[in-house]
Amino acid sequence: MATESSYYVPDQSRLPIFAALGFGSMAVGAGSWVQGGSPMIFLAGALLMALVLYTWFSTVIGENMAGMNNAQVKRSYVWGMSWFIFSEVMFFACFFGALFYVRTLALPWLGGEGKGVPTNDVLWHGFEATWPLFQTPDQVAHGESAQFIGPEAIIDPWHVPLLNTIILLSSSVTVHFAHTAIKNNNRSGFTRWLGLTWVLGIVFVAFQIAEYHEAYSELGLTLASGIFGTTFFMLTGFHGAHVTLGTIMLFIQWLRGLKGHFKPDDNFGFEASSWYWHFVDVVWVGLFIFVYVLGS
Amino acid sequence: MAHGPAKGIGRWIFTTNHKDIGTLYLWFSFAMFLLGGFFAMVIRAELFEPGMQIVRPEFFNQMTTMHGLVMVFGAIMPAFVGLANWMIPMMIGAPDMALPRMNNLSFWILPFAFAILASTLFMEGGAPNFGWTFYAPLSTTYAPPSVNYFIFGVHIMGASSIMGSINIIATVLNLRAPGMTLMKMPLFVWTWLITAFLLVAVMPVLAGAVTMMLMDVNFGTSFFNAAGGGDPVLFQHVFWFFGHPEVYIIILPAFGVISAIIPAFSRKPLFGYSSMVYATAAIAFLSFIVWAHHMFTVGMPLTGELYFMYATMLIAVPTGVKVFNWISTMFRGAMTFETPMLFAIAFVILFTMGGFTGLMLSIAPSDIQYHDTYFVVAHFHYVMVAGAVFSGTAAVYYWLPKWCGKMYDETMGKLQFWIAFIGFNITFFPQHFLGLAGMPRRYADYALQFADWNMVSSIGAFIYGAAQLLFLFNVIRTIVAGKPVTEPKTWEGAEGLEWTLPTPAPYHTFSTPPEVK
Repeated sequence: MATESSYYVPDQSRLPIFAALGFGSMAVGAGSWVQGGSPMIFLAGALLMALVLYTWFSTVIGENMAGMNNAQVKRSYVWGMSWFIFSEVMFFACFFGALFYVRTLALPWLGGEGKGVPTNDVLWHGFEATWPLFQTPDQVAHGESAQFIGPEAIIDPWHVPLLNTIILLSSSVTVHFAHTAIKNNNRSGFTRWLGLTWVLGIVFVAFQIAEYHEAYSELGLTLASGIFGTTFFMLTGFHGAHVTLGTIMLFIQWLRGLKGHFKPDDNFGFEASSWYWHFVDVVWVGLFIFVYVLGS
Repeated sequence: MAHGPAKGIGRWIFTTNHKDIGTLYLWFSFAMFLLGGFFAMVIRAELFEPGMQIVRPEFFNQMTTMHGLVMVFGAIMPAFVGLANWMIPMMIGAPDMALPRMNNLSFWILPFAFAILASTLFMEGGAPNFGWTFYAPLSTTYAPPSVNYFIFGVHIMGASSIMGSINIIATVLNLRAPGMTLMKMPLFVWTWLITAFLLVAVMPVLAGAVTMMLMDVNFGTSFFNAAGGGDPVLFQHVFWFFGHPEVYIIILPAFGVISAIIPAFSRKPLFGYSSMVYATAAIAFLSFIVWAHHMFTVGMPLTGELYFMYATMLIAVPTGVKVFNWISTMFRGAMTFETPMLFAIAFVILFTMGGFTGLMLSIAPSDIQYHDTYFVVAHFHYVMVAGAVFSGTAAVYYWLPKWCGKMYDETMGKLQFWIAFIGFNITFFPQHFLGLAGMPRRYADYALQFADWNMVSSIGAFIYGAAQLLFLFNVIRTIVAGKPVTEPKTWEGAEGLEWTLPTPAPYHTFSTPPEVK
C-alpha cells in the first residue's frame, strides 16, 4: 500500500524496443539455425540483448544510487524478482512432471501394465518397462536398425553427482554468509564469501561438463538414447544453464561489491541474485533425489 | 511528471506511460482480431457448401490453426492486457504500472512474435497446420518445417505474457492508494490479479511444452515418441495443464468487466462482492486440477476419467455464484440499456449457455460422443466470442468516453450490438446441431446431410464479421468526430476511482495517491 507521496515513473526509454528487437532476432535466428541455417542472426540478437541488459541494469543501478527509488519502488523490484523465480519454478515443474508421468504411467503401460496390454502385445511385443531404460521399445521392435538405442550405463549418483550436491549446498551456505556479512557492513567478508560462491558455481558447471562428456563418450547416454537420456539431459541441462546464469549474476554482484555499491540496508541486486542461487540449489536437490538417486 | 506525451512516432515506441501502452495493446489486438477473423471467413467460405471450392485441404488446416492461435494469443489476451494497462492504475489510484519500462517491452515483443507467426504462411511447407492445440506427433514427426519458427514465436510471446503479468501483480500488490484495501478493489482488478497469477504459473509450462517439441523435432529426444519410451499423450497432459488455466485467463478479466458494467447500468452496487472474489479464486484453483477433461478419449484409466469428470463439474458451482450475482445485481435495479449494458446482458445469457454445454462436455461418457465435433466448436465459441469478445466490446464502449473524451453514437452502438448478437447466434447455434449429428471439427469437407446448417452458419459468420467492421467504424468515428464529453462521470451509475478523474483522462493521473475512504 502506498505510503510515500511520489512513485518514480521513468521517462521515455529506448531500452525496451531494442530488447524487443533482440528477442525478435533471437527467435527468427534460432528458427533458421535449428533448420541448418546460419547462426548469425541469432548471435546478433543475443549480442544486442546482452548490450541492452548491460545498459538497462546500469540505468536501474544508477537511478537507485542517485536516490530516485523510494521504498515503494524498491518493493516493486522485490515483487518482480519473486514472481520471476516462481515462473522458473513452474518451468522446472513441467519437466519434473514429464519425468514422473513417464516413470509411473507411460512406461509401465508400454510394458503391458493395466490398459497397456494390447499396446505392448501388438506394437512393442517383448518390451519390458524398466528404469533406467536400457532397452527402448524401438530396440525391442527393430533391433540394430532402431532410431533410439538405450544407454549402456548411467551416471553413478554417488560419485560426481554427490560431489556436486555438496558443492552446490555449500555454495548456498557461502552466499548466505556473504549476505550476513553485507548486513553487518563487513565488506571484506562479503567479497570473500561471495567470491567463494561463484567459484563453487564454476566448479559445479565444470564437473557437470565432465559428467556429460563421460555420458556421451563412454556410457552411450545421449539425448537420443530414449526417454531416460531425454529426461536426464533436459532436466540437468536446464538446471546447468540456470547455474551458469546464476554464477554470472553472482559474479556481477561480486564486481559491484568491489566497487562498493552495496549498503547494509540497500543491496537488493545482490539479494535477488542470492534468491536465484538458492532456487537453483533447491532444484538441484530435487534433481539429485529424483533423477540421480531414484533413477539408478 | 507534469509533461504531456512526446511528439511523433517516438511517443509510441519509447513510451513508459500505461495509457499509451494500453492503447497500443488494444489497437494491436484489434488488428489481430481482424486477421484471425479473416482466417475464420476463409474457413466459413470453404464450408459454405460441401465439396472443395476455395482452398486446398492443407491450406484449410493452416487456416484453422492460425485462426485459433491468432485469436487466443494475439487478439483476446492482448485486448485484456490493454484494458488492464489502461484501467488498473486508474482504478487503484496508482501513478502508472509498477515497472513501466518492462511494460513497454511486454508490448513490443508481440508485433515481433506475431510477425514471425504470420510469416510462416509464406514459408516452404506452409504455416503450422496441426491445430491451435498443436498435438504431437502432428506437431513433431509430421510437422511442416515452419514449426521451429512457431516454437520460438511462442517462446517470446510467452516471455511477453510473463513480464506483463508480473507487472500487473506488482502494481496491484504494491501501488494501491492508501485506504484501498484488497477487498475494496474493483472486481476487474481482482480478476486481473488472479489472472496474472495464473499466467505466471502456466506460461512457463507452455514454454516447456514447445521446448520438448523443439527437442523432439531437432535433437533426437523422445518425449512424445513411444519408440524411445515417451508418450504422445504426455504432450496433451503438458499442453492442457497450460491450456485449461489459459481459458480462465481469457474469461476471468471478462468477468471483471461485466462486474463493472452491470452495476453501473442497474444503478445498484454489485451483489455479493466478496462471494465474487472468492468464486474467482475458486475457479482459478480448480483450473489447475481439471486439465484432462480435454482428453477423455485418449485412453485414460477409468479412475482418471471419473476424477477429472467430477472435478470439472465442481467448476459450475463458483461460476453459478457469479451468474447468480450478476442477475441479482440487475434485480429491481433502475436499469437502462446503453450499448455496454446490452453487450453485458448478452454476455450473461450466452456465456451461461456456453457454460452449460461445457457441463455437458464434462460428462465423460457423453463426451466420447461430442469429442472433436462441432458441438465442441460451438461450446467454446459461446464462451470465447460471446464471453470474452463481447465483454471486450462492452468494455470499449463503456470506457471509450473516459479514454478520449468523446461520446460514441448510441444508435450506431446499438446497431452494432444487434448485428453482432444475431450474427453470432446464427453462426454458432447451428453448430450445436451439426456436432450432435456427428460432424467432426477441422475438416475441409463434409457429408451432404450437414449442408444446410453449414450454409446457415457461414451466412451468420459473414454477418458477424461485418459487425466487427462496424465496430471499427464506430470507434474511429467516435475518436475523430464524437460529441465531446467533459464531466468526470460519463455514466450516472458508474462507481470507482477512474470516474473521479477528469474526462478525457489526463496523460498522467494520480501522481500523488488519492485517499480512499
